[in-house]
Amino acid sequence: MTRWQSVVADWGGEKQTFDMSWGKLMMWIFLLGDTFIFSIFLIGYMSARMSTTEAWPNASEVFALTIAGQHIPLVLIAIMTFILITSSGTMAMAVNYAYQKNKKVAVYLMLVTAVLGASFVGMQAFEWSKLIIEEGIRPWGNPMGAPQFGAAFFMITGFHGLHVTAGVILLLIIAHKVHRGDYDKKGYQIVEITGLYWHFVDLVWVFIFAFFYLW
Amino acid sequence: MNEQTKESVEKVHPIGMYLKVWFLLFLLSTFSYLVDFYQVQGMLRWSFILIFMFLKAGLILAIFMHVVWERMALKLLLFLPPLAILVFIALMSIESDYVFFNRLLSFFST
Repeated sequence: MTRWQSVVADWGGEKQTFDMSWGKLMMWIFLLGDTFIFSIFLIGYMSARMSTTEAWPNASEVFALTIAGQHIPLVLIAIMTFILITSSGTMAMAVNYAYQKNKKVAVYLMLVTAVLGASFVGMQAFEWSKLIIEEGIRPWGNPMGAPQFGAAFFMITGFHGLHVTAGVILLLIIAHKVHRGDYDKKGYQIVEITGLYWHFVDLVWVFIFAFFYLW
Repeated sequence: MNEQTKESVEKVHPIGMYLKVWFLLFLLSTFSYLVDFYQVQGMLRWSFILIFMFLKAGLILAIFMHVVWERMALKLLLFLPPLAILVFIALMSIESDYVFFNRLLSFFST
């Protein structure tokens, strides 16, 4: 059966269309909705940046840090990116071990993921306070140029940071429940569902990194 | 048939595959960082940023989120609606150009 025939069979057959548990399907539909929310934020940012007559602040300079006398552009953002990718890697492996029914390693890898996520949020808090206190960036204006820079920055990274925070909490809860044995009979698909959410948060960061920090 | 699909999605893949994807994501992130570090500018900068972005997003979706092993019906559910976003981007960039042009006219013309 070709892939298109399978679509017809899935939609036309007298059966449930999507061959997966409702929990996983609902997570996918939630993520689809979230895709639209983040897209609208990024499109709003694009519109503000394209239509302003003032110079857009140079993100490379705004987010530069001086470490040991060295002026390094975007360094904290790069570290945050690597941390989030690493956490996605540990999450993917947690899902893998959950399907191997290796509960102990899966829980351990989920905790590692949560710790990495928490450190991401910590770095973001550092970045925000540096921008607000030292650089004087506000949602309504800043000393470097177009006033919309602050509004777009706080809105987009703030919403993403909330997602990471929620993900850390979700990971801790699910890791605890898996450890306690709540899913021993049902199977460990919950780890994959949690993983979908976590990978999505990483996915959104890929777009924010490209459009907000690098563009 | 249902059993088969379950197996293909929940199939246990070798850990090495995840490590390879992880390494690739690291590499691609380093490349996108270097675009900024070496201050590549203009069309070249934008193409590099977009290429590395789509490769990273594709790897995360396909392998980490297991989309390649899902059925076509789910892939359509995930990838058809976002096409509306592309239309929206096109509309808003035309609109923003228009606003920019009008701002130039009304702020700076005498």
